[in-house]
Amino acid sequence: MGNAIIQVGIFSALVTAISVPLGLYMARVFAGEHTMLDPVLRPIERLVYRLCGVHPEAEETWVEYAVSMLLFSMVGMFVLYAMERLQYYLPLNPQQFGAVAPDLAFNTAASFTTNTNWQAYGGESTMSYFTQMAGLAFHNFVSAAAGIAVAIAVIRGFVRRSAKTIGNFWVDLTRAILWVLLPISVVGALVLVWQGVPQNFSPYAQVKTVEGAEQVIAQGPVASQEVIKELGTNGGGFFNANSAHPYENPTPLSNLLEMLAIFAIAAGLTHTFGQMAGDRRQGWALFATMGLLFLVGAACAIKAEHRGNPQFAAMGIKQAASATQSGGNMEGKEVRFGIVNSALWATITTDTSCGAVNSMHDSYTPLGGLIPLLNIQIGEIIFGGVGSGLYGMLVMAVLAVFIAGLMVGRTPEYLGKKIEGREMKLAMLYILIFPTVILLPAGVAVVAKAGLAGISNPGPHGFSQILHAYSEASANNGSAFGGLNANTPFYNVTLAIVMLFGRFMMKVPVLALAGSLAAKRAVPPSAGTFPTGGAVFVLLLVGVILIVAALTFFPADALGPIVEHLAMMQGKLF
Amino acid sequence: MRLWTAIKMTFVLTVLTGIIYPVLMTAMSETMFPFQAKGSLISRDGQVVRSELIGQNFNALNYFHPRPSAAGGKGYDASNSSGSNLGPTNKSLIDTARQRLKEVLDQNPGASAADVPISQITASGSGLDPEISPAGAMMQAARVAKARGLSDRAVMDLIRAHTRTRWAGVLGEPGVNVLKLNLALDDLNGIAPRASAKSE
Repeated sequence: MGNAIIQVGIFSALVTAISVPLGLYMARVFAGEHTMLDPVLRPIERLVYRLCGVHPEAEETWVEYAVSMLLFSMVGMFVLYAMERLQYYLPLNPQQFGAVAPDLAFNTAASFTTNTNWQAYGGESTMSYFTQMAGLAFHNFVSAAAGIAVAIAVIRGFVRRSAKTIGNFWVDLTRAILWVLLPISVVGALVLVWQGVPQNFSPYAQVKTVEGAEQVIAQGPVASQEVIKELGTNGGGFFNANSAHPYENPTPLSNLLEMLAIFAIAAGLTHTFGQMAGDRRQGWALFATMGLLFLVGAACAIKAEHRGNPQFAAMGIKQAASATQSGGNMEGKEVRFGIVNSALWATITTDTSCGAVNSMHDSYTPLGGLIPLLNIQIGEIIFGGVGSGLYGMLVMAVLAVFIAGLMVGRTPEYLGKKIEGREMKLAMLYILIFPTVILLPAGVAVVAKAGLAGISNPGPHGFSQILHAYSEASANNGSAFGGLNANTPFYNVTLAIVMLFGRFMMKVPVLALAGSLAAKRAVPPSAGTFPTGGAVFVLLLVGVILIVAALTFFPADALGPIVEHLAMMQGKLF
Repeated sequence: MRLWTAIKMTFVLTVLTGIIYPVLMTAMSETMFPFQAKGSLISRDGQVVRSELIGQNFNALNYFHPRPSAAGGKGYDASNSSGSNLGPTNKSLIDTARQRLKEVLDQNPGASAADVPISQITASGSGLDPEISPAGAMMQAARVAKARGLSDRAVMDLIRAHTRTRWAGVLGEPGVNVLKLNLALDDLNGIAPRASAKSE
């Protein structure tokens, strides 16, 4: 218990410490101000614009910005699909993997384009090195950068006055990659290699084990992909076992650094927001809201996994932690991470839209597995995906000030902008699309034969598996209750469509919201203005977030994890 | 026009982030950390015999046994990493664990269920977990000592010497690398081929 508090405390302190300088740095980057890296990066930036015919000074309206973002995503998705289908003929394929099946290739292309990184395949048994690095890792960079770009555009919408434009998508995209993602990745990849993560193009190693058996050890350019997988909250593992694999995450130190990478940018963006809004407290309020929800989730998940499974206690197995073992529910968990670092990671990866896992969530206790599910259903705004977390939280903030306005009978304002009918309609659209694309297809899957065929754990857990799958696809997570046999045409196609809807049908209304706010004049704060930079607002926002999620998802969650918990406590097996 | 820009951007950024970046990182890694970059592989007489990081299967009674593994049909398939993904109320999770517990208790006559840490009868997340908990090693010490004609104390000392503590005393959980521990056992017994660890 004491050690759990220390480990979570160290992590939280480091996130807080990193987020402020990183956030202020990003504010400078996207304002085009001078930074330390300019001498190296400005020439590369100019070269990119010249090669692509981008006019960096030309700003876009929200419609143009959205069209640029959609076209870019579409092209990237087609290229990835083609790359997977043709990988046999492309270089760097020492294991001679054949073409990826059409439905799986479509699913994976949609998955990586939308920053979901849902994986219906095993990396080391399906994808060539070329597909991994030029296809999948490329999307790890650009889908993250597109998320950051949209968040920056939305912030501009809030802080600009009587403006028609919200920035230039190509410039925001390029600067997010060059100034933010690449430099951190270069340093991070080297640190990971130092800790033991491989980075090579060698064929798989043929090993003769001590007892004389054959063992084939998969290799590859892992470190370069591992770091951006975490930093860009992508989550698609190089290997099937993702960050539980000793090559992806060899030591407790690599584990800490990878967890920090998952939260760093999203946490930093709250301060970018505060800085750009000219009132740092606004950023701290969002940071505090996210931090509070994170800590509660982490505490619940760690506690549930520590308590373990009563079935094992019935066998006479001790599940209490001691100096020589972690205890708890160790199915699907690694010794070096134990309970604390596994459950903490599970919370972090679902607070954000990362979805990388260092333990198998399908084998969590029902309540331990409920926390990741709830985090996703809240909308991944607890720090959230890079960019998407911030704009998701801003939509909730708009809803919160609206509700506060109703309670006191005043026109709601946020950052000096009046929140009116059009803004509320767009915010509600954003909030309603999300459960629709989760619950409707999940409902179809539980009555369709092809849907039920995928269940690997019978009983209520099987329903949880399906609910998890669509929640994750919609929220672009991909952490997965991995037992679901999702590599079938039914799941590949339906989940791919849900991912595309969950990403782009939510980004467009949020850009429209930004465009609508940017065009408004600012109203000076008056005595009736609800202050959005303080503790009262934080509590109100937490309340609104929890109520919206609970009203939407409680009935479904009750049928899955909650029923399973009650069954487990009564010793019932399926 | 915008579509054309999108196509060109995709191409340019693929070259930058998908080719230049990983190739550069490979070159830098192989210069700065050649051992790790190559997968921490150890060869003997031109044959790769192990990776420091990847667990191997051990079945013989004179070796410490690793955790159960769900990777591949026989476990510890390092080209097919995987957990079991069995849920907490799945009958086959509990039946499998009960079966494993029985085997462990049969193999280690002195031990009772309370001595067996849960990690020793549950599959790891990767199926390649190189470590067992110190309790998981201590529980097997008497068996291994007997099978090798060593004293219990010598084996326990070896476990202690191979126990990795929490990083900086705080991070992660303590563990014992099964492969290294078993190679050290062979060393202790003076079994020649395994004793070349130092020269490797």
